Amino acid sequence: MLRREIPLLITIGVGWFMVLEFFLPILEPVSTELQSWAIIMTALASVLGVVNVARINTLKVSRKQKDWGYSVVLLLGMAVMISLGTVFPIIKSLFNIESAWGLGGMELSGVSRGTWFGQFYDSIFYPMQATMFSLLAFYIASAAFRSFRIRSVEAALLAITAMIIMIGRVPIGDAISGGFLPELSDWIMNVPNLAAKRAILIGAALGAISTGLKVIMGIERNFLGGD
Amino acid sequence: MAGVLHRIEHVDRRIIFLIMLVSISVPLFYPMNLPIRVSPEVRLYYEAIEALEAGDVVYLAADYDPGSKPELDPMLKASLEHLLRKDIRIVSATLWPAGVPLLEAGLDTYARDKYSREYGVDYVNLGFKEGKENVMVQLGKSFRAVFPTDAYGTPLEELPLMAEVDRFADVKLLVLISAGYPGTKEWVQQVRNRYNAPMISGCTAVSAPEYYPYVSSNQLSGLLGGLSGAAEYEQLIGEPAWGTTGMSAQSLGHVTIVILILIGNVVYLINHRRKVAA
Repeated sequence: MLRREIPLLITIGVGWFMVLEFFLPILEPVSTELQSWAIIMTALASVLGVVNVARINTLKVSRKQKDWGYSVVLLLGMAVMISLGTVFPIIKSLFNIESAWGLGGMELSGVSRGTWFGQFYDSIFYPMQATMFSLLAFYIASAAFRSFRIRSVEAALLAITAMIIMIGRVPIGDAISGGFLPELSDWIMNVPNLAAKRAILIGAALGAISTGLKVIMGIERNFLGGD
Repeated sequence: MAGVLHRIEHVDRRIIFLIMLVSISVPLFYPMNLPIRVSPEVRLYYEAIEALEAGDVVYLAADYDPGSKPELDPMLKASLEHLLRKDIRIVSATLWPAGVPLLEAGLDTYARDKYSREYGVDYVNLGFKEGKENVMVQLGKSFRAVFPTDAYGTPLEELPLMAEVDRFADVKLLVLISAGYPGTKEWVQQVRNRYNAPMISGCTAVSAPEYYPYVSSNQLSGLLGGLSGAAEYEQLIGEPAWGTTGMSAQSLGHVTIVILILIGNVVYLINHRRKVAA
């Protein structure tokens, strides 16, 4: 029973406290402390995430599951980057090592530019991540041609609006329409878009308030998980 | 004719990829130099920084990673150029772990190399902190509590700038360059009204429509949306750079997509009518 009741009591207590803190500044020192704990817990959750990724991929490699080779690359990459960015600086700090740990003219320890960590970031991580996002342009073009079919009034509205915005937001829109398309694009963004987005934001905020109240009143308990 | 239309409708997607590649890459080498019109939100962004006085301090949040670098780096660089040109001092940090080198590169290029500003006196890089919204709220109370040291391990007490600045009440403006979560939306929700901190944002084009209500309600004092926002801002500060260069590629890329949508639908419509008639 305590497995559910204690977390529920903590949630209700902290939840109400944080709401009250917003209106009663006298409670600020305690809330500041609680938020510092939250930062530490979030950081710990990241560490748990790393441990979990390592565990799952180690199992995959040891069982030679499908595509286990990718897991080897992932584990190697993770081990190298964690060593360079975290383990080596900790060792240097613990043993008060002031001298540089150079390899190939670059520092092995640390995350700044000019270190091996920085070099891997610039030469591997950055181009790979940029490539992944750049591919979107090609897939959007392909999808636009093959799948964006105007089969209804709503689809026609969406297509026309999309084309106006796409052309109106870039300089060529201004050049070919004498300023009309950019003006129309601004109007779409500032009137229909703004109205719809505002409605969604207010609706989502009301939903969040409602869910929050249900949680701190102990009505909503799904976050505790199943038995 | 029917065969041609059928072939167009079912064209190999690699041909579309090739068309897109040409339409994006050619203008990068041969820019069209089209005049760039400045939108009202971008002008507001510019005016918010223009209203600052020499010696004022801003908090610069670089909450993005390499995936958004082509869109957001021009904004970061143009903002740094504008701020440093006006002798504004900068306290900067990121809530994205992969954002640290991008922020560091921007500060090195502009604050250290171009404007010869002194680290710790004119600008500070606090680095990365995990914690998302909690960090935002805590920064409003004390920078030192969240970041006991800067990105290079120097205690904040040893940095002269940080002796003057310890929370959002001590800075004149928050400049947010953000790609997603945590980003502009969370900064507005957690910090804007709680600490009465004026803020401006540069964001990716895909998230810009979501932030228009914040501009309309003055919760954001200005907004740069995507590469076009960066290009417009570069025009305002008189420093055309990557954002401006990228406008030719983006213009032709958008035109290509619009033409592809039109061709796709015309061909589909003709083929569909033929099938129905048959």
